Amino acid sequence: MADNLKCSNCNKEATVHLTQIVNNKIHKVDLCESCAQKKGVTDPQGFSLADLLSKTALTPDSSEASLVCPNCGLETSDFRRTGRLGCSACFQVFGDLVRPALEDMHVGLTHKGKIPEVALTRQNSQAQLQALKDSLASAIAEEAYEEAAKLRDLIHELEVAVAELEVTEA
Amino acid sequence: MIESLIKSDRAELTQSTRKGSPVVLSTRVRLARNLSDIPFPERATSAQRSDVLSKCADHIGGLKQMKSGAFFDISQLSELEKQVLVERHLISRELCESEQGSGVIINKDQTCSVMINEEDHLRIQFLKTGFNLNSVWKQMDRFDSDLEDLLDVAFSSEFGFLTACPTNLGTGLRASVMMHLPGLVISEQMERVIRAVNQLGITVRGLFGEGSDATGHVFQISNQQTLGESESEIITRLGSVLKTIIDHEVNARFKYLEENRAKLLDKIGRAFGVLQNVHFLSSNEAMNLLSLMRLSVDFNMLPESNRSDVDRLFIECQPGHIQYAAHEGIEPELRDIARADKLREEFSHLPPLNFDKVGESK
Repeated sequence: MADNLKCSNCNKEATVHLTQIVNNKIHKVDLCESCAQKKGVTDPQGFSLADLLSKTALTPDSSEASLVCPNCGLETSDFRRTGRLGCSACFQVFGDLVRPALEDMHVGLTHKGKIPEVALTRQNSQAQLQALKDSLASAIAEEAYEEAAKLRDLIHELEVAVAELEVTEA
Repeated sequence: MIESLIKSDRAELTQSTRKGSPVVLSTRVRLARNLSDIPFPERATSAQRSDVLSKCADHIGGLKQMKSGAFFDISQLSELEKQVLVERHLISRELCESEQGSGVIINKDQTCSVMINEEDHLRIQFLKTGFNLNSVWKQMDRFDSDLEDLLDVAFSSEFGFLTACPTNLGTGLRASVMMHLPGLVISEQMERVIRAVNQLGITVRGLFGEGSDATGHVFQISNQQTLGESESEIITRLGSVLKTIIDHEVNARFKYLEENRAKLLDKIGRAFGVLQNVHFLSSNEAMNLLSLMRLSVDFNMLPESNRSDVDRLFIECQPGHIQYAAHEGIEPELRDIARADKLREEFSHLPPLNFDKVGESK
């Protein structure tokens, strides 16, 4: 049976078979002669299968699509390795990987506690304000002055409201 | 740098004058918070880290709760100073190891500390002596709401407050109570208690958190889960488990006293004798002797007024505090001598143990 094993790196016939126990888990890897050479497997000193495993296709699920967070650059493999997220945008990108992990961790799967109303309203109003300003710019570009005047008033109202939510510097 | 903090005469953990509690040493509540848009400390660039540090230090330093507080840049502190702050539970070991751009703000009476750029942008902690879950949470809640007015925190309606590690999602709330449980240890019930509370999502750890052992019979008991329950549900649930543990502990003490009176009084008496005459003492042994002294206050053998002295010594006999008091990094052997000198001196002022009213209700 061993004759049929393929190199886990390049699919050639594997002649080097390694077993290493890392964190109480048995990891096996089969490599062809040249890949074994390249990866330094033949050098018994300083070789760790764990390093190899994290880089080759033997990460938990090789068929798993690799995702990248556009905001902080975190990749699926980073999340799998550390169990940590990199930024708030990561939760949209890796949400489907995070959710199953929560089941064993917590009492429930959705937040039931405090909501930072003020901060959220402020963030929403700022997004809204930006949208209005964009519309205003295009209204002016299109010479729709009546529309522009309405938008300007709305922007002014919202700006006053936002200012009230803003930091009251002591 | 931390001198004024150590010399302060109103530090909550070491100088509290409030009436102590027989089983609970102190109550802590912490919240994990991050700023939206900026990557979490681990993924942030050093420029982003310093931005977060200065922005948060400014805003938080301006809050009324932080009036006359102190800010420390972790990279400016010596190893010994960091160790002292860890021993006072004001910063975490993780923060000590962080790279450039981490800091902590500590308020005047050391009841509140905010770590900046630890695992999350902000780790806010409130601490009080005794069993005070509800009032500590109320203080924290107010502080958090005030902070929300100043900073845009990362939040999602599904996951709650967003944190680097999914174990802190939701409320980001960890409430933790330091308990002195000699009765449960001596009657060999501790293991059973730990297993039982683990099933309720509650963790038991040693004096200094993860991986530390329970010297001095002191355990840190905290909620493990943060998502799917509201803050008040977490606090209430933990509180009721803790009340059960307190009852068990008190029963175990009195049962042991009833069944092994001579043995127990002998142990406490010898510990007192050692503390008055010791010349060489490791920190572990000191914790175990002090544990018996705390028990002797609970059993009316020492006046209630000496409880806070014992609690203070729990902190001041830690290796970092002993070295800091000696004004230099001293070798372990000299440390054990300095620790013995300190305890001998402190215990020479105490009245003799009173064995007449042992275990009577106060």
